Amino acid sequence: MTTTDSNLVGFPLRRPGQPYPPAEYEGLRKREGLVRSTLPTGAPVWLVTRHEEVRAVLTDPRISSNPSHPGFPRPAKTGGVPAQDQVPGWFVALDPPEHTRFRKTLIPEFTVRRIREMRPVIQAIVDERIDAMLAGGNSADLISDFALPVPSLVISRLLGVPKADCDFFEAQTRVLVTLTSTDGQREAATKALLRYLNRLIALKTKRPGDDLMSRLLADGKLTPQELSGVGMLLLIAGHETTANNIGLGAVTLLMNPQWIGDDRAVEELLRYYSVADLVAFRVAVEDVEIGGQLIKAGEGIVPLVAAANHDETVFECPHQFDPSRSARHHVAFGYGVHQCLGQNLVRVEMELAYRSLFERIPTLELAVPVEELPLKYDGVLFGLHALPVRW
Amino acid sequence: MVRISVDIDSCIGAGQCVLSAPEVFDQDDDGIVMVLDGEPAEPVAEDVRLAGRICPSQAITVHED
Ligand code: HEM
Ligand code: SF4
Repeated sequence: MTTTDSNLVGFPLRRPGQPYPPAEYEGLRKREGLVRSTLPTGAPVWLVTRHEEVRAVLTDPRISSNPSHPGFPRPAKTGGVPAQDQVPGWFVALDPPEHTRFRKTLIPEFTVRRIREMRPVIQAIVDERIDAMLAGGNSADLISDFALPVPSLVISRLLGVPKADCDFFEAQTRVLVTLTSTDGQREAATKALLRYLNRLIALKTKRPGDDLMSRLLADGKLTPQELSGVGMLLLIAGHETTANNIGLGAVTLLMNPQWIGDDRAVEELLRYYSVADLVAFRVAVEDVEIGGQLIKAGEGIVPLVAAANHDETVFECPHQFDPSRSARHHVAFGYGVHQCLGQNLVRVEMELAYRSLFERIPTLELAVPVEELPLKYDGVLFGLHALPVRW
Repeated sequence: MVRISVDIDSCIGAGQCVLSAPEVFDQDDDGIVMVLDGEPAEPVAEDVRLAGRICPSQAITVHED
């Protein structure tokens, strides 16, 4: 297929006031081959929109996650977290076999069984946040009072952050995901967190506990420096992603109350919103053909998971929120060797968050009309800036 | 009747199989897939096919015989 300039598509397609996922994805999915696009930096990139081809890109060994390869797509800065790909232990930016060493070391901590054992801890965190909201009156911002602190507190407990330090931890991670933070504030928060993680590692070396950091230190497969990078990755990968899902899901359930109490809503919400649409960036390191399109070595690729999760050939009536469908084959967590390490944790967090919210605050309602909710069109992840509620 | 084979070297421990068919798949202490029942009967076979389809590292092969 040849590409003419009239076929060039701007990137990203998410725009204020437009439906999400962008309506243009539908037309792009129907195009032959892949879609040529330019990043805000002016660099060309291939957009991948169909389910089958997104999976093909994310499993092809000739396609790399490593940003040190020439041509790796660099989106313009959009107020997201600072680039961490030079940090040792930032294994989402490594390819096998380097990636494999980290992944294999981490997976025992994230098995279905291990996460199930964490349910009481997660439930207690959810309950504490709801207690605090109820104690604060009859209204709240569900994003800053609930959706953001819950995943942050869960990750701190997972890592073994002492309870007394959880507030510090939460405050610093908050700076990283707050749009109005300046670059200077973000940098300072990143440094403070890395310093803290190094202190935590020193503490766990001396006095190990029953937590991820202590176990990984004891097993010695990662250096302390790599471990602090891993800690930072877990923190950043698992905070705003989960918070956005909790927030968007709460709105969706308020608008579709017939699904409140049905745990199948969790998987459908993950598919429906696919908040990490602009996360899994790649570059070809050899020539490779995907969907009939030749991608040359050194060309950047963006598999759009929201487009794939709304592929009408795979999900019937994809724009309908329907928890009764079987949505498990969605790619909201990516696909291939980098598929989200925290996915089983997210599922439990979302399930317990919704169940407890609606059980404990049955009169919960939006405090502003749904059209006025401030959606995140400007970040890397889709979500809500705020979610005013009352009861 | 289905038969299952797994490639434990490519398993990345996402646990999708365990969520799909807990009677058939588990993860060992290293987080790697274990097959509890290599020749499951219907209707579990349908869950096993789903696991085969969604395993992110294509570590599960479901043979239909
Ligand atoms: C709803 C919430 C979440 C979504 C939508 C999400 C999405 C994703 C996606 C799309 C990827 C693949 C990136 C790529 O292929 O380049 C990924 C990887 C990852 N996620 Fe998540 N994530 C979520 C929550 C979490 C949580 C709670 C944690 C940890 C506590 C976590 C930890 C990770 C890690 C460590 C990776 C890298 C895995 C690897 O490279 O092997 N995520 N996530
Ligand atoms: S779904 Fe695949 S990668 Fe995940 S645990 Fe099962 S076999 Fe391993």
